[in-house]
Amino acid sequence: MSVDIAVRHRLGNFDLDIAFAGAASGVTALFGPSGAGKSATVGMIAGLIRPDSGRIAIDGETMFDAAAGVNVPARRRRIGYVFQDGRLFPHLSVRRNLQFGARRARSHPAGASFDDIVALLGLGDLLERRPAGLSGGERQRVALGRALLFGPRLLLLDEPLAALDQGRKAEIIPFLQRLRDEAGIPIVYVSHAIDEVAQLADTVVLMSGGRVAAQGSVFDITARLDLFPLTGRFEAGSVVAARIVGHDAGDRLSELALGAGGGNSAGAGRLWVPEIAAPAGSNIRLRIRARDVMLALTEPEAISANNVLRGSVSDIRLDDGAYADVQVDVGAAKLIARITRRSVTRLGLAPGLPVFAVIKSVTVDRRMPDAPNLPLGEHGEAS
Amino acid sequence: MTLSPAELEALLLSLKIALVAVAGGLPFAVLAALALARGRFAGKILLDAVVHLPLVLPPVVMGYLLLITLGTKAPVGAWLLESFGIRFVFSWTGAALAAAIVSFPFQVRAIRLAIEAIDPGLDAAAETLGAGPVDRFVSITLPLALPGIIAGAITAFAASLGEFGAIITFVSNIPGETRTLPLAIYTAIQTPGGEVAAARLAALSIALALAGLLLSEAAARRVRRVAGK
Repeated sequence: MSVDIAVRHRLGNFDLDIAFAGAASGVTALFGPSGAGKSATVGMIAGLIRPDSGRIAIDGETMFDAAAGVNVPARRRRIGYVFQDGRLFPHLSVRRNLQFGARRARSHPAGASFDDIVALLGLGDLLERRPAGLSGGERQRVALGRALLFGPRLLLLDEPLAALDQGRKAEIIPFLQRLRDEAGIPIVYVSHAIDEVAQLADTVVLMSGGRVAAQGSVFDITARLDLFPLTGRFEAGSVVAARIVGHDAGDRLSELALGAGGGNSAGAGRLWVPEIAAPAGSNIRLRIRARDVMLALTEPEAISANNVLRGSVSDIRLDDGAYADVQVDVGAAKLIARITRRSVTRLGLAPGLPVFAVIKSVTVDRRMPDAPNLPLGEHGEAS
Repeated sequence: MTLSPAELEALLLSLKIALVAVAGGLPFAVLAALALARGRFAGKILLDAVVHLPLVLPPVVMGYLLLITLGTKAPVGAWLLESFGIRFVFSWTGAALAAAIVSFPFQVRAIRLAIEAIDPGLDAAAETLGAGPVDRFVSITLPLALPGIIAGAITAFAASLGEFGAIITFVSNIPGETRTLPLAIYTAIQTPGGEVAAARLAALSIALALAGLLLSEAAARRVRRVAGK
């Protein structure tokens, strides 16, 4: 476990009661609306906020234990913290900012040399500049580099993209993906934006009102129908893992096999999407929005949609209005279809019923960087 | 215009006293400003009041208070004289002490405002990067507060140059020892036929004040550039 936390803390008249364990590797997202207590939680992990009671351990080492009177000061916790506003030191050059933590680190981790980090984050041209002259995206990259050069055993990213516009976000996300895949440091990522979480997180800790509402893999959490009020109604959709099987250069489409392992059974769980600029064998993520999935009882023929997946209904949830959300298990992944209550009745949908999920290829478009259901980028070699 | 030996003496003495007053007061001013800007402790209001007292108290009263505590027959003054051979009354060091106390609030105010303008988040960021309290003060707070420290020092220097009441009450008006420019001007005015001497000294004071202002502006500009603001 990278971080193991069970604490209670009172902030004004807001009660925080948090317990979760972050994954030992990869990205654990603390996801939830503003005011859910996410930032206070990372503040406590970092040692900047002292909880009223409870226990915090990192890599099995106790950082805080109210009962035993243990409270390791923030400067000795070896945690890299990237703040929403960057917090670069305005009187120091980028180079000196980057070296600030490195000079004070007690032990240097193998491989994380100054030059490596500068290359990883593309900071080479910025080294002699002052923070005041940097763009928002550049500042966050420097802040990330500064935290990494401290040689942390855990990285806390507190909404590092929240202050950036869409273009700048798209500029940073590939760096974060490389970091996740190459640096090998567990990351706790705070966000209230589902698209960031879908692109980066492996594990999701869903927070609401100072409590942990749910915790699980990003695929499971986004496929659960009962969490929509928390994950966002309109943008509801499940994140699925897929592997690129091949490309059709003539039609400019790519064929994907659904599932973390790449769904080896031929034909089952195959998806055609607009051409993705990545070689066959690459693992990617897709977010398939509930509004873009249609259901049929018999296999539809002669329709324009390229993707018809065989599966069965695994959960149904009716909302207060005209809508119903239907979870469909297609074997390698779980999809959500948002249809009308009338359709649920008309088709006699019930858990266990075999159905076909229909997805138009054009709803999955990689060329739109901020499209809600874009393929979410490569994440490492086949696992 | 060439200065007479007495004028030069008063000028150099004024500069020496003001310099020692500012340099001696500065470390305490930085500590007091830090405590007032960042500290959370009981008695903060009292500290604030004590720091600002010289600003609202008549300088003559300040000088009188110094005299009854540090005079050679007063308890503290007698003890200092006996134990360390330190005597403030009728000495230029006493004038520097009086000037330091009277100009202290100017230093503290400027430095405190500068420290309060620093984002406390920078301190937290430095802490997560392994910096302890002294390290953070030296590498973050002090350089970022430098424009305020310089502004405070220059204001205090000017106030020290102009101090009259506290000095004349505490250490009297001794040529070559405690007769600074303001005291020399006062003496000239009191002397029949001293109008020209008074005017010359006043012109000297004005030139000094203008030079101080220009210097402070140049220093502030340079520091702002270095601090990346």
